[in-house]
Amino acid sequence: MQQWIFIKHWRDHQMANLESNFLGIKSPNPFWLASAPPTDKEYNVRRAFEAGWGGVVWKTLGEEGPPVVNVNGPRYGAIYGADRRLMGLNNIELITDRSLETNLEEISRVKKDYPNHAVIVSIMVPCEEAAWKTILPRVEATGADGIELNFGCPHGMSERGMGAAVGQVPEYIEMVTRWCKQYYSKPVIVKLTPNITDVRQPAAAAKRGGADAVSLINTINSIVSVNLDTMSPEPSIDGKGTHGGYCGPAVKPIAMSMVSEIARYPETKGLPISGIGGVTTWRDAAEFMSLGCGNVQVCTAAMTYGFKIVQEMISGLSEWMDEKGHTNIEDFVGQAIPNTTDWQYLNLNFIAKAVINQDDCIKCGRCYAACEDTSHQAISMSEDRVFEVIDGECVACNLCVNVCPVENCITMVEMPNGEIDPRTGKVVEPEYANWTTHPNNPSATAAE
Amino acid sequence: MSETSFTPGVVAGRLEADSYDSQFSDLHPLLDGHEALVASDRCYFCHDAPCITACPTAIDIPLFIRQIATGTPDAAAKTILSQNIMGGMCARVCPTETLCEEACVRELAEGKPVLIGQLQRYATDHLQQQGIHPFERAEPTGKTVAVVGAGPAGLSCAHRLAMLGHDVVVLEPKAKSGGLNEFGIAAYKTTDGYAQAEVDWLCQIGGITIQYGQALGADLTLSDLQGQYDAVFLSIGLGGVNALGLAGEDKDGVLDAVEFISDLRQADDVALLPIGRDVVVIGGGMTAVDAAVQAKLLGALNVTLAYRRGRDRMNASKFEQDLAASKGVRIMTHVVPVGLHGNGAVREIEFEYVNDDMSGTGQMVKLQADQVLTAIGQVLLDEGLPALKGRKIGVDDTGRTSIAGVWAGGDCATGGDDLTVTAVAEGRDAAMDIHKALAGSSNGKS
Repeated sequence: MQQWIFIKHWRDHQMANLESNFLGIKSPNPFWLASAPPTDKEYNVRRAFEAGWGGVVWKTLGEEGPPVVNVNGPRYGAIYGADRRLMGLNNIELITDRSLETNLEEISRVKKDYPNHAVIVSIMVPCEEAAWKTILPRVEATGADGIELNFGCPHGMSERGMGAAVGQVPEYIEMVTRWCKQYYSKPVIVKLTPNITDVRQPAAAAKRGGADAVSLINTINSIVSVNLDTMSPEPSIDGKGTHGGYCGPAVKPIAMSMVSEIARYPETKGLPISGIGGVTTWRDAAEFMSLGCGNVQVCTAAMTYGFKIVQEMISGLSEWMDEKGHTNIEDFVGQAIPNTTDWQYLNLNFIAKAVINQDDCIKCGRCYAACEDTSHQAISMSEDRVFEVIDGECVACNLCVNVCPVENCITMVEMPNGEIDPRTGKVVEPEYANWTTHPNNPSATAAE
Repeated sequence: MSETSFTPGVVAGRLEADSYDSQFSDLHPLLDGHEALVASDRCYFCHDAPCITACPTAIDIPLFIRQIATGTPDAAAKTILSQNIMGGMCARVCPTETLCEEACVRELAEGKPVLIGQLQRYATDHLQQQGIHPFERAEPTGKTVAVVGAGPAGLSCAHRLAMLGHDVVVLEPKAKSGGLNEFGIAAYKTTDGYAQAEVDWLCQIGGITIQYGQALGADLTLSDLQGQYDAVFLSIGLGGVNALGLAGEDKDGVLDAVEFISDLRQADDVALLPIGRDVVVIGGGMTAVDAAVQAKLLGALNVTLAYRRGRDRMNASKFEQDLAASKGVRIMTHVVPVGLHGNGAVREIEFEYVNDDMSGTGQMVKLQADQVLTAIGQVLLDEGLPALKGRKIGVDDTGRTSIAGVWAGGDCATGGDDLTVTAVAEGRDAAMDIHKALAGSSNGKS
């Protein structure tokens, strides 16, 4: 039965407008389905749009001719929480295994019927100009809104010199991007692999090639499990396994760090970013966007829970935007970038101490075990299980907060200026001072 | 079957024949593998965990739960059984709500403790259902110890002694081993013959011989045992029951709850057990609740549990009280029985309402009763025992009695609550002390 969200009828609804304009491509919201099995065919994409998704990146097309073949055994492996909550997913599926012609026809039909939704076509053809020159006009003819270059797929296709094999060589990225800008008139998004040492280099190469945006991350090289009976990595195909691409909630921190590096790097600063990697809730999306992503792409959450999950993303983001007074998503995109800095610029005069709220404490002693065994011996334990912070030892490392099962039972409280830190015996100074000027730094720049 | 719950008097077969199995089915069915993973994930692995302190046998609960969580329930079982060889039974019958689960920090935090008892059963059942006995005996010591009474204390002591290399002869007056596990606990707490299965499993260690029909006082004397064995452990339980001290106590229909429970546990077909239409159970402990609930399960129409003080003073835990209430038992407090009426068979019981300090109020109440079950405490039968302290055999922390070479534990001895788990701990600890004592003495007695 049809169900409605009716955000505009919420009693406390203010002005939040979730419409997204990414590279001039408009979509009803910033939630796109990433290039992956959910976007492999017309049937799925139509249903995704009906469910509320703002856009899709169609599953990667290869060149004309016999399509790739997939394995006929398991393609996925997973990491679970105790209640089989899926924390991470790994796959060894290749690009679309349907014919180019079929895909192009379906893309045309879908775009025609959904003019207000974003339809992006992911492409992966050999690293030869002719191959790109051949396919791009045919993609352009579908009326799709843009293309995404799959330079990230880490398994299978990379063995054939495509996917991550291209994405790991900045020069190839620049070259192919340039061909695409030459033979295709609409926006070109370059999808980056995380399987490299410095994600800023491929991003800069894409920009030099003329890319309109980058999207990241693609999946991470991974073996999710080994069957200890058969001694085969999983998923296991006839007793053998291979590395796959890791995605899902577990990869989000890695993806966000890479996004932030590109957003802060002088050569790539301002280059639009489509954020990918473990986006599972509206909050994940808002975090990616605060680090500079104009929109987000989702796959694992949809594969785990179905298309309907976008309803939570839409309602949650809308509610949060209302609460914060944001009327458009541009209002908060990139807001966290100025606060993302290098370690050397962190304020060393900021001093905090852990404080345990005894009313909330359930006396499990995890803070004590963590601090006593593995940190700074800064928590005491009485015979009747009262746990207290020893300010003279506490370095405010936050481990007690992280291991405490009760939210907000332990907090880090900033010491006021002028007080004496009992650990160091020094007065808490009001001025900002970082490592670059610290007397212990042999290369301090302005110590005097 | 023509009888129903409405049939007056004491009759069998009040329920449909095929409903008895479900009436007496497992109170807490075994968790499945996934349920166990989810339940175990709730454990915080507390430092110096309060649940361990609360367990009379001091099982390392966070460790065994983590072993379940990481997919090694058999390792969890070994952790449990190393500390408590009857961990399987304790998982079923322990009042966890007043022991480990009461101490669980999640009880404090949310009122929802980790399901320690059910997880313990998951682990021990997992191991035992494979027929695995995980312990091996040490080299024989040549010593033989007599254990009197094959209940939890005696069997725990026997197993530990056997493991340490001693031979053990268990002397049991009844024709079956297990003690209260076999005779004295509600059927729905230990289904499918688990009590006997556990004894058989426990005895797989080897070196334990059980001789039946051997009662201290009748068939054996303590001095004979001392002459024949290197050491003696007394775990004879409490053989007697307190009497109401009222006229008419000998009327038909008045019986002690221990006997009622024992008959029920030993019945091949509980449908054949006669039960009253109006049953009154007197007492406020676990035995009273076990009797009252089972009377209800047998099809009694009205079951009243009558206790002389308030519910907060009952020895039965709140969980047990709630269980009784949920099964339809009426809990009546602040009443003491003053008369049993009836011609030959009891027909009515009369109570006086009393204040918290047990002073009478002068107000009387009569209840129809065709069965009165008394559960007002069990007593030690002194058959030439070591010195008593109060009404039990006096022992020190290691179970030593006033007589050298004689140890005691379980319900017959001082110290701890009368619980299976306490008995297991006392038997185990006495075994360790006996082992220590025997290590210093010469081999065997003639």
